[in-house]
Amino acid sequence: MDGWDVAIVIVKVLVVFALLLAATILLVWIERKVVADMQNRIGPERAGPWGILQTLADGLKLLFKEQIRPNKVEVGMYLLAPVLTLLPAFLIFMVIPIGVPFTVTLGGVERVVSMQGTDLNVGLLYILAMSSLAVYAVVLAGWSSGSKYPLLGGVRATAQAISYEAAMGLALVPVVFYAGSLSISEIVAAQSGTWGGIVPRWNIVPLFLSFVIFFIAIIAETNRAPFDLVEAEQEIVGGFHTEYSGFRFACFFLAEYINMFNMSAIAATLFLGGWNGPTFGLTGFVSWLLPIIYFFIKTFVLIFIFMWVRATLPRFRYDQLMTLGWKRLIPAALLWLVLSAVVVGWRQFGAPWT
Amino acid sequence: MSDWFSEPANWVFLVLALVIAVSAVRVVTSTNVVHSALFLVLALGATAGLFLLLSAEFVAWVLVLVYIGAVIVLFLFGIMITRAPTGPNVEMDHRPRAPAAMAAFLMFIVTAGSGLTAFGDQEITRLGDGTSTELIGEQLLQRFVIPFEVVSFVLLAALIGGITLARRDASPAEEEATEEEVQA
Repeated sequence: MDGWDVAIVIVKVLVVFALLLAATILLVWIERKVVADMQNRIGPERAGPWGILQTLADGLKLLFKEQIRPNKVEVGMYLLAPVLTLLPAFLIFMVIPIGVPFTVTLGGVERVVSMQGTDLNVGLLYILAMSSLAVYAVVLAGWSSGSKYPLLGGVRATAQAISYEAAMGLALVPVVFYAGSLSISEIVAAQSGTWGGIVPRWNIVPLFLSFVIFFIAIIAETNRAPFDLVEAEQEIVGGFHTEYSGFRFACFFLAEYINMFNMSAIAATLFLGGWNGPTFGLTGFVSWLLPIIYFFIKTFVLIFIFMWVRATLPRFRYDQLMTLGWKRLIPAALLWLVLSAVVVGWRQFGAPWT
Repeated sequence: MSDWFSEPANWVFLVLALVIAVSAVRVVTSTNVVHSALFLVLALGATAGLFLLLSAEFVAWVLVLVYIGAVIVLFLFGIMITRAPTGPNVEMDHRPRAPAAMAAFLMFIVTAGSGLTAFGDQEITRLGDGTSTELIGEQLLQRFVIPFEVVSFVLLAALIGGITLARRDASPAEEEATEEEVQA
């Protein structure tokens, strides 16, 4: 560990930070365009070509707006919540590999630089832990606002997070069975190659049900329609962020989109093979660039599904939310878990009677 | 003693231990029940830090996932749906402090004593090759499989007991309310 290694780590952190911010700017614009198109509208078109700079304009506007602080807030928690919401959002992406490692010679030593913030050997657990921390910001924002609607939003957020985290965790256990590791880079490596030269060895093929359960759970975890009871505008005036304005509100908005990007990237990594894809026998720079392109294509396809679902489905009622979570998803995930455990066990140790 | 301070890991330990001690005291002295829960989060987070210091990554992240990510969130949920959640709550401050302090002290003696008699100052060695996750899995399902199953059985019994107590003698309307609470 010398100066160059430290420099590499710092560059990685900065790249992740910049990437997530750029992705958010793009995502907000894509979402407005996609939803507008699905609703026969035009969407933003004035700022920049096709309105692509609309998000920047909105962000700047929010920066210059007055940050109102109501009288009845719990000041410490009220100011801490917008920061807390961004922390896990940025930290989750640190363990996701976006491409193949490359070697570079710095200070006379050849170094392998992985396209991943850091490769924890319990990466999957880290992702689950970080995403379970995201609910704190919502709860604390709702509670510290000292107002009725935000409190209701906070209560809804806790109930929803606990219900769907269980389904999410259970849906990921078969992935660990198949890869035999909790490390994200090894889970990606286990998905390389094809079956019979045609079907890619992605986890989505043997574990389709896991993917469906996971995807429903991450829509709920990111509080997006049809699971946006936490911030339902018509019922509780935006919920936890009712009393926030200006840049503090922008923090919540930013975190929501970063989380959507994170969760799509995680789903693409765990179920769609991450950066795996055909390289057509190319070498050198192109073979390094292709996996990164594959990773972003997969991620953005999932993000498009997120937006599609939002534009299609109306919001769930509270009891429907709980029924779906506890009576459908968790039993299905448990059953599927047992089934895939039997299959993997059978393959590894042979039939029980032999 | 200077040896102890020249080791950087010990400094990290010192900071984490101080955070745990202070926030654990604040959990019981704080008059606002939400603040108590948040100090508990701080204490548990620093405990996860201690596990990371021992390179027990699996235990550390499971602690964050289960205790901070689920148990305390449930606490907060319970606090928010049951009582007026804002402002200091003086009723939380109970008079009989001596028995509570006594119980806490005895608990400390028991855990510290058993830890010291079991390990003393011997160096802890790894149980075998492989990542800590593999080792924990193998130990839990081989050598400690019976205690492991017993603990899960006790937890199941406690769960069923909790549901039975909560649902006893409830009118249909109350029953519905409890059911939602249990589900959440």
